Amino acid sequence: MNALVARLVAKRLGIMLISLLIIAFAVFFATELLPGDVAEILLGQSATPEAVAGLRKAMNLDQPAFLRFLSWLGGLLTGDLGRSYANNREVADLLAGRLANSLELAFVTTLFSVPIALTLGITAAMFRGSTYDRFVSVFTVSVISIPEFMVATLAVLIFAVYLKWLPALSVANDVQGIGELLRIYAMPVITLSFVVSAQMIRMTRAAVIDTLDTAYVEMALLKGASRRRIVLRHALPNALGPIVNAMALSLSYLLGGVIIVETIFNYPGVAKLMVDAVSTRDLPLIQSCAMIFCVSYLLLILIADLVAILANPRLRNQ
Amino acid sequence: MTMTAPARKGHFGFNMNAVGIIGAAIILFWMVVAIAAPWISPYPVGQIVDFDYYGPISSQFWFGTDYLGRDMLSRVLMGARYTVGISLASVTIACFVGVTLGMIAAVIGGWFDAILSRFLDALNSIPSLMFGLVVVAAVGSSISVLVLTIAVLYAPGSYRFARALAVNVNAMDFVTVARARGEGTIYTIREEIFPNIIGPVLADFGLRFVFIVLLLSGLSFLGLGVQPPNADWGALVRENIGGLSFGAPAVIVPSIAIASLTISVNMLIDNLPRRIRDKSE
Amino acid sequence: MGNIIEIRDLHVKAKTDSGCVVEIIRGVDIDVADGEIVALIGESGSGKTTIALTLLGYTRPGCAIAGGEVRVAGRDTVTMSDADKRALRGTEVAYVPQSAAAAFNPSKTIMDQVVEVAKIHHLMPLQKAREKAVELFRALALPEPETIGSRYPHQVSGGQLQRLAAAMALIGDPKVMVFDEPTTALDVTTQIEVLQAFKSVMRERGMAGIYVSHDLAVVAQIADRIVVLKGGEVQETGTAEAIIHHPSHSYTKALIEAFHPNGRSLENQAPSAGLEPILEVSGLTAGYGPVGPDGLPKFVVLKDVALTLERGRSLGIIGESGSGKSTLARVIAGLLPAARGSIQVDGVPLGDRVQDRSKDELRKLQIVFQLADTALNPNKPVGAILSRPLTFYHGMGGRAREAEVDRLLDMVRLPKALKHRLPSELSGGQKQRINFARALAARPEAHLMRRNHLGSRHGGRCRHSGSAGRIAARTRPHLHVHQSRPLDGRGGLRPGRGDVSGREGRRDADKPDAVGRRASLFETPDLIRPQA
Repeated sequence: MNALVARLVAKRLGIMLISLLIIAFAVFFATELLPGDVAEILLGQSATPEAVAGLRKAMNLDQPAFLRFLSWLGGLLTGDLGRSYANNREVADLLAGRLANSLELAFVTTLFSVPIALTLGITAAMFRGSTYDRFVSVFTVSVISIPEFMVATLAVLIFAVYLKWLPALSVANDVQGIGELLRIYAMPVITLSFVVSAQMIRMTRAAVIDTLDTAYVEMALLKGASRRRIVLRHALPNALGPIVNAMALSLSYLLGGVIIVETIFNYPGVAKLMVDAVSTRDLPLIQSCAMIFCVSYLLLILIADLVAILANPRLRNQ
Repeated sequence: MTMTAPARKGHFGFNMNAVGIIGAAIILFWMVVAIAAPWISPYPVGQIVDFDYYGPISSQFWFGTDYLGRDMLSRVLMGARYTVGISLASVTIACFVGVTLGMIAAVIGGWFDAILSRFLDALNSIPSLMFGLVVVAAVGSSISVLVLTIAVLYAPGSYRFARALAVNVNAMDFVTVARARGEGTIYTIREEIFPNIIGPVLADFGLRFVFIVLLLSGLSFLGLGVQPPNADWGALVRENIGGLSFGAPAVIVPSIAIASLTISVNMLIDNLPRRIRDKSE
Repeated sequence: MGNIIEIRDLHVKAKTDSGCVVEIIRGVDIDVADGEIVALIGESGSGKTTIALTLLGYTRPGCAIAGGEVRVAGRDTVTMSDADKRALRGTEVAYVPQSAAAAFNPSKTIMDQVVEVAKIHHLMPLQKAREKAVELFRALALPEPETIGSRYPHQVSGGQLQRLAAAMALIGDPKVMVFDEPTTALDVTTQIEVLQAFKSVMRERGMAGIYVSHDLAVVAQIADRIVVLKGGEVQETGTAEAIIHHPSHSYTKALIEAFHPNGRSLENQAPSAGLEPILEVSGLTAGYGPVGPDGLPKFVVLKDVALTLERGRSLGIIGESGSGKSTLARVIAGLLPAARGSIQVDGVPLGDRVQDRSKDELRKLQIVFQLADTALNPNKPVGAILSRPLTFYHGMGGRAREAEVDRLLDMVRLPKALKHRLPSELSGGQKQRINFARALAARPEAHLMRRNHLGSRHGGRCRHSGSAGRIAARTRPHLHVHQSRPLDGRGGLRPGRGDVSGREGRRDADKPDAVGRRASLFETPDLIRPQA
């Protein structure tokens, strides 16, 4: 580690913080400013002018929006996420268990898709132009071009309807034994893995091909090096950074996929919570969920950026 | 497109292989369907024509019937109107705004570029489906809200792409010559920059269109996109998801429609002449 | 003395972007005797690198050998098995790449890469290979030969990397060295040093070599014999001496001609007294980066530069890359505001930026870029390119403009039909002439630029020079900015970085043009003048 790398990393962190602030701003104002009067919506049928005015005061809605933004931001930083409109529980409590569920899902998916995607991506790049490579390309393009819910419905059709191996729904309430656990996670994980690995294969393949096309790989070939040596000693060490970068970036596709997948399989995660919150217009809950998504997305992008910086041999061996 | 291809061969453009032509043909087909849907639908879209729901494919109902016994063929044809129409409108707005701002930022540079780039990068780091959820939660779902939301979500990506291309072109000597001649910003952008980035920008337009079709379908599938009684393809899948367990055509056909559109766009882009495609990768 | 290399009737085919197969090497025969250095010379696309690579049994992706044989020390690399090819590379034939900076793996130390050949082919123990590498570093005049190997490629300079690449090739004691334009990426001074290092090592070891280049001046330094290639065919073969001084083939003549801008000498220069100055620059200071409290930018490139260009004269500005030539051009053209100093045209001070200058002031200064490839908008037909200055400066339109475009094309000796073509459909020389014509278009009474040695490489430059010579009409003053090439013995004119002090007034043999009222600004960092 040296000063230049430290400066670049610090700059990345700074950019992430600014982005986060802008996102918080966007999320808050999208939810707070646009929807007319929250108090009226909450009270529904019983919205007499007096009741509305009282509720507005109680919820600090009569204060300027910018002040409310600041206090909301302060709350986020101190862990006070506010109260749910729908059932008046602490948002933090509602989120806690759900977040763990979603992280579990993401973790298992990553565990599955990364080795598969790495193998397919690197081998496809090594045998570029072969039938195998074309097959992998057609497969990834197809998966990327169809909606996540279609991958999910196809998975249900195949594994639950025709093969009857797995249940179509996940309910993680009473889990007994490993077999049960596998059956519950299987469907969401299969679906998400498909979506994520397709991205990952594509990006890994591109990263390796970029390295194989360099002049130093040609030079190694002209030195008489074997194919094995070229790939293992010359290409891969340099492709490692781009590959990890591609991994982190493709994992961000988890976030889009997870919303669909949790909904379709009724999986009790943050995304399902958020979709439900949208149907009840539970704004504090939506805001918190949105921030969780944005933070995880930004974290993944940050990791990708940092890896790209740290993997650059020019910077590393300064 | 021929007028803009850098590799103009004097007359009508370039060679495209069979896969690209098939892709283009399917896209064209869905566009025609989107326009002509009301006239070519065999039954009125909302009318219950069959007592049986989730009906099978038959000579009377080519794509079967849906969960209420409505004709699926008619609903898919009308759905094309929403899916293709909304996506096309959004991608057009997004790319128009993004490309215009991107070129201006590249040519002007300075603080304008710095601030705009930073801001749009932040906007770009919002997961799109999630942002769609937030907006729909806030203002409800109507077609204009959908178009605008999606356009806002995809404009930053388009900006970034166009800016990167324009920065490269802007560094070329012929742009410097135009500047030294005393040409204004608008002329420089319109005559010197734009014609040289249009190829990759069009390819990017296509890819973005695919993403938007997928996002819109996703939103509709969650019940947050096009609202009943109207339905785009995503909403058709949602309506008929109950038929999934016995493989009803009502849930499969709209899925295939989405896939046919998005895969065709990919096929077309991947088989564009190399000169256009290479720059866009 | 036998022939170490014998290439007989070599044909190579390549697949183009659009999928058609074209023959890029069409029946080439080349012999190289033991210990001889033969240069393959030609424009880009002439197939010289392709031929050189076949010596290693290699063709770039998309290419394939279609026929003929390539014998290296008696063995045909075309029919060899893959394992034999691997064994050949690095030990019998070694390759020195065009850009050493790209050919070194950035994540491995230099030493690891230099001794890799010995390791792959099990030529000697690692320790011995390292010692040999250090010896080679010393022979190639590299600084700190003992420790340079432990550095990473980005930690040494370009010229050193190029020599290290040669060390990498020499480690396996090959019989044949293949140099693929190994000095192109270097600046002139370094180029000379690297060439000398190559030559002495090769002579010492009695190795044969193939030296691929487009640069006749470089080739003249190193080669015993020259093979001139064009379109995948051999045009002419002969000793370096014979080819340079007595070319017989018309293409070779054209190629050589390009390096001998004849008819100009310093003695012809008329006294500059009594001539009216058209462009006066004084006390010019400029640079890049944020402006500091002293009013100067962070990176000052030009410091207190002064020059005067008189009507009917031309002024050359010479300097290595990085000396500020292009910056000077940018400042004068108003693309980069000067921090200090003034620029006057016809005695009238110009605004700092393009925006601060009137159209008429802008019209007087026209910029002509060196590389016609990037100087013309690839998406505009020639007619539109030439029309724009006419509309912009003179408000011309319709028939009058059409006629003027025709006249401009005629002036640069190009057919009128060319105006419907795109730049990509023109040859290098044609592009360069359009590049001129566009500058000429700014002033309709102008007839032709007299000076001709602008950038397009070799053939292009030469064709232009021919036509320009035939239509010698009037000269107008212009300022040439070019990189010094000390190959002609005038190496003393190298201003240091940040200081354009090396000035050299030169002038055409023709009489100054009394009518010419404009100056042209040329940027030509590619001028080469080997002694005739």
